Amino acid sequence: MIPAQFDYLAPTSVADALSALAEAGDDAKVMGGGQSLLPILRMRLNAPEKIIDLGRIEELRGIRDEGDHVVIGAMTTYADVLASDLVRQHAGVLTDAITEVADPQIRHRGTVGGALVHADPAGDVGAPALALDTEFVITGPGGDRTVAAADFFVDLFETAVGEGELLTSIRIPKHTGWGSRYEKFVRVAHQWSIVAVAATVRVEGGTIAEARIGLTNMGSTPLRATAVEQALVGRAATDDAVREACAAAADGTNPPSDLNGDADYRKHLATVLTRRAVLAAAGG
Amino acid sequence: MTAVDDRPKTEIGSARKRKEDQRLITGRTKWTDNIQLPGMQHLAMVRSPFAHAKITAIDTSAAKAAPGVSLVLTGEDVKDIQGSLPNAWPITADQKAPPHPSIAVDRVAFAGEIVAVIVARSARAARDAAELVDVDYDELPAALDLKESAEDAVLAHPDLGTNKSAFWQFDSADAGTGTAVDDAIATARDGGILIEREYRQQRLIPAFMEPRSFVCDPTGEQLTIWSSTQVPHFVRIFTAATLGIPESKVRVIAPDVGGGFGGKLQYTPEEVIVTLAARKTGKPCKYTETRSESLLSAHHGRDQWQRLTLAATKDGTVTGLKVDLLADMGAYLGLVTSGVPILGAFMFNAIYKFPAYQFNCTNVFTNKTWTDAYRGAGRPEATFAIERLMDELAAEVGVDPMEIREKNWIKHEEFPFTSVCGLEYDSGNYEAATARAKELFDYDGLRREQQQRRDSKDRVQLGIGISTFTEMCGLAPSRVLGSLSYAAGGWEHAEVRMLPTGKVEVVTGSSAHGQGHETAWSQIVADRLGIPFDDIEVLHGDTQVAPRGLDTYGSRSLVVGGQALVMAADRVIEKAKPIAAHMLEASVDDIEFSAGTFKVKGTDNGKAMAEVVWAAFTGHDLPEGTEPTLDAEATFDPSNFSFPHGTHLCATEVDTETGAVKIRSYVCVDDIGNIINPLIVEGQMHGGIVQGIAQALWEEAVYDDQGTLVSGSFVDYTLPTSADTISFVTDNTVSPSTSNDLGAKGVGEAGCIASTPAVVNSIVDAVRPLGINDIQMPCTPERVWRAIQSAGSTQADPTTGSAQPHFDEGAPNQAPPDPSSSASAEGAGQ
Ligand SMILES: Cc1cc2nc3c(=O)[nH]c(=O)nc-3n(C[C@H](O)[C@H](O)[C@H](O)COP(=O)(O)OP(=O)(O)OC[C@H]3O[C@@H](n4cnc5c(N)ncnc54)[C@H](O)[C@@H]3O)c2cc1C
Repeated sequence: MIPAQFDYLAPTSVADALSALAEAGDDAKVMGGGQSLLPILRMRLNAPEKIIDLGRIEELRGIRDEGDHVVIGAMTTYADVLASDLVRQHAGVLTDAITEVADPQIRHRGTVGGALVHADPAGDVGAPALALDTEFVITGPGGDRTVAAADFFVDLFETAVGEGELLTSIRIPKHTGWGSRYEKFVRVAHQWSIVAVAATVRVEGGTIAEARIGLTNMGSTPLRATAVEQALVGRAATDDAVREACAAAADGTNPPSDLNGDADYRKHLATVLTRRAVLAAAGG
Repeated sequence: MTAVDDRPKTEIGSARKRKEDQRLITGRTKWTDNIQLPGMQHLAMVRSPFAHAKITAIDTSAAKAAPGVSLVLTGEDVKDIQGSLPNAWPITADQKAPPHPSIAVDRVAFAGEIVAVIVARSARAARDAAELVDVDYDELPAALDLKESAEDAVLAHPDLGTNKSAFWQFDSADAGTGTAVDDAIATARDGGILIEREYRQQRLIPAFMEPRSFVCDPTGEQLTIWSSTQVPHFVRIFTAATLGIPESKVRVIAPDVGGGFGGKLQYTPEEVIVTLAARKTGKPCKYTETRSESLLSAHHGRDQWQRLTLAATKDGTVTGLKVDLLADMGAYLGLVTSGVPILGAFMFNAIYKFPAYQFNCTNVFTNKTWTDAYRGAGRPEATFAIERLMDELAAEVGVDPMEIREKNWIKHEEFPFTSVCGLEYDSGNYEAATARAKELFDYDGLRREQQQRRDSKDRVQLGIGISTFTEMCGLAPSRVLGSLSYAAGGWEHAEVRMLPTGKVEVVTGSSAHGQGHETAWSQIVADRLGIPFDDIEVLHGDTQVAPRGLDTYGSRSLVVGGQALVMAADRVIEKAKPIAAHMLEASVDDIEFSAGTFKVKGTDNGKAMAEVVWAAFTGHDLPEGTEPTLDAEATFDPSNFSFPHGTHLCATEVDTETGAVKIRSYVCVDDIGNIINPLIVEGQMHGGIVQGIAQALWEEAVYDDQGTLVSGSFVDYTLPTSADTISFVTDNTVSPSTSNDLGAKGVGEAGCIASTPAVVNSIVDAVRPLGINDIQMPCTPERVWRAIQSAGSTQADPTTGSAQPHFDEGAPNQAPPDPSSSASAEGAGQ
């Protein structure tokens, strides 16, 4: 478990990081918390010549209140997000999901930005980010551009972040007063999701007024269960009413088959977990 | 001021904290990988990515030219000196086995087999150079599926002409220990009950905490090998036997070793290679495996198909049991690979009185990592089969599964009892352990709740699982091992050294790797010789310090090694008595020893042990002809096994919607005879129970149809952590063993043997009303869900042989590896 030799750079500003990236081109890799990158290097699945560590760039860290949005810097660790009341209050399903990520050591190193750019379909932050209509701020030599969640996740391990670009922050529209639940299904506690469902729901007088649902590991990217979201509107937050709407949760999905479960089982799980997540978000 | 003596009255039975834990927990100790020697070289292995292939060419020129590399070895380079790795247990006279090279020469027989070795100045240089070795392979068809391989569909070793290594049978009629099983089956078929089942023991990986590490220093007169092994004495013998080095020129040290579970009961290719490299370079050499290499190439465990036929009368009295096993050896026979299934042969009848019994086992080669001992070795397989069958019989008869066990088990007053295998169970009380377990579990209350949930069609069903197990441990009477064609004996050795200052050194041949010998052995000697616990030092694991021994496995250390220690301590007392008598001017016959003092009977006239030790040390005034030392040693060869038993009860909640299984409560009452240290016992039970539950629920070594190990990291080999378990309720009943003076029976494997069927029985119990009578292990949520979906059919899907990549190289912003710095397509990285 010894990586091949590489050069190491630790710029202290986004501008420096971008110019280092431009200079190194193909041979460089950006490092966030390193929790995906280091295993890749240690297993010698990749051997970049240069590692550009974003860890010393203060401007990429922290959580801010910007009116209608909560803004999270790309280098903010899972642990910092978990500790944030702002996030808990306005984007509760993200907090819920992060409590389920790996273990405390990894949560103290891994960053939200790194996880989103890594774009593992079994990763736990993609689905809540999608469900919350998150905007992704991507910075390149030409400045910032903002990408909608629906356009951010391109494919397995592939996002809208291009070569020579960095994800610098995410902007989450506030979902204040919404109930939330992240239902993660695993065989052992420290596993990646076999399937998970992020649900956040606004209830008015016992009836579901709005619902947002993101699915983890039901395809090559996080998916949004929009049909279910629409079907839920106006329904009572009861088991029977919700069950019917959630039956379509797996429609149009294309989950993997592997040693943790075949695709048909995952589809079945998606419907069950969606119902449970919605009910918990709505009631509990 | 009065001094407070806070020592326990007797050390034996007190829950002493383990003395070794200070250094183990604080990281103060040295593991093998911590050893640094001047001029040390580091090894990296190039391993085959193919399950079965011809090696057509190996180009090592780039690796040899790489910075820091001192030597590159291939099979061709060492084929005349590497010998063949040993199999110490040829179970039949005509057992077939291929030669077992440490470095493959012209053919690889499993993915992970070593094809080249780099020796370099640093571990990194070795790893970098390993990427430069270019191996050309011609792939051959691989024998992967156990059943197909048993039919010789594809040959794992074409030269053998068959995949069948050996067939071994025990038949109670032939042995004269019972009647003919086929008669019992015929009778049951005609008016009785016949239960026919096929169970799968999936392949498991021992997954000890400390990956294996080996160092060889060739610079002294004796070659010194440090090894993270369970068996330093075996490593010494087999280094001599395999490489032709005189045993007297070999010293083996097992420093602190971080777990083994049978996985370090081996003489490994890596040990041979480190030794060869050290001798070739003349420099100390070290190899430490990565976790991936450990999971891939350290031996695996279990992997059997069990075909079982149980015959009974209509009322549920068992009349016979027939067992047909297929056992997957993997690609080679390791140290005891072939004997592991045989260790279960005498345990399928368990605690029951079966009049007829037959055990048949076919050992089969496949192109997978070789299997060998894994905690319980043979006995978990047997226990699983019979405890599952007893539940099936109960369902057939329509009674509570506990009732069917009570009907068939050996009653307390029937001990000692000779089993249908001819083993004499010396002591036990199944009634007492069961009564206590049921009480702690609230058996009747849980049965009521189960009924309620069934009646209300609760989404979450409750299941109750029973395992009333026994095992044979304290391996082993040498005569018995001889009759089973095992190459070694089963005795153990101990030595007690009385130091002049009153301190004591105890030497044991049973090399520990986490069990707590230092504490338990100190407790035994403290009581026996009246010496304070803290004044006793226990030494082990170095053939120069502890030259005689047969090491730690098979729950043997205390029952065999502990007895050797008791005998050695008693010899110290016997040697001291004449000296004490001389000092006290009394006759030896009048001297009695207790609480550390020699006294003249009926007087207060006495000498403390320390005074007698000093007198022996100075030798100034000893009786004529007396040796000036009290040191003593003893070797004990048991006359019988010991038979721990227990009742384990498990309640699980099965989510019928998702198939998820949650353990609700777990109670076990074990009878392991007299207990030296309850805290150590508790630790062994907890660890063992979790390991057994892990077989039931979580762990499986999965290969794809190319013979690649898919569950090759802890991402996919789902080892549980504390977050996955619950608090267990443990208790003990005590029926002392009669095979040793301590009355101890052994506890190292008990939990692991007992818990697997308890869990699976509870899951099947939860869903039995749906028409389900089996779920294949590991009982994953998917398998449970599928069983519910297709209720009634027992057809189990094999686990899908692919894994999801979480660290994929194709991620964005990730250039693919530079081809110039990695092995070619056929080349073999890790
Ligand atoms: C044992 C273990 C268990 C885990 N379990 C889980 C789990 O249960 N659930 C889960 O969701 N995840 C899990 N993970 C994955 C973990 O969450 C991710 O590794 C982590 O979140 C990635 O973030 P990072 O900051 O460590 O990214 P890094 O590893 O540093 O980087 C990941 C990728 O993103 C790129 N990158 C990073 N930051 C940026 C940026 N700002 N701009 C552009 N590119 C960037 C890197 O170049 C790299 O390609 C687990 C990981 C481990 C090791």
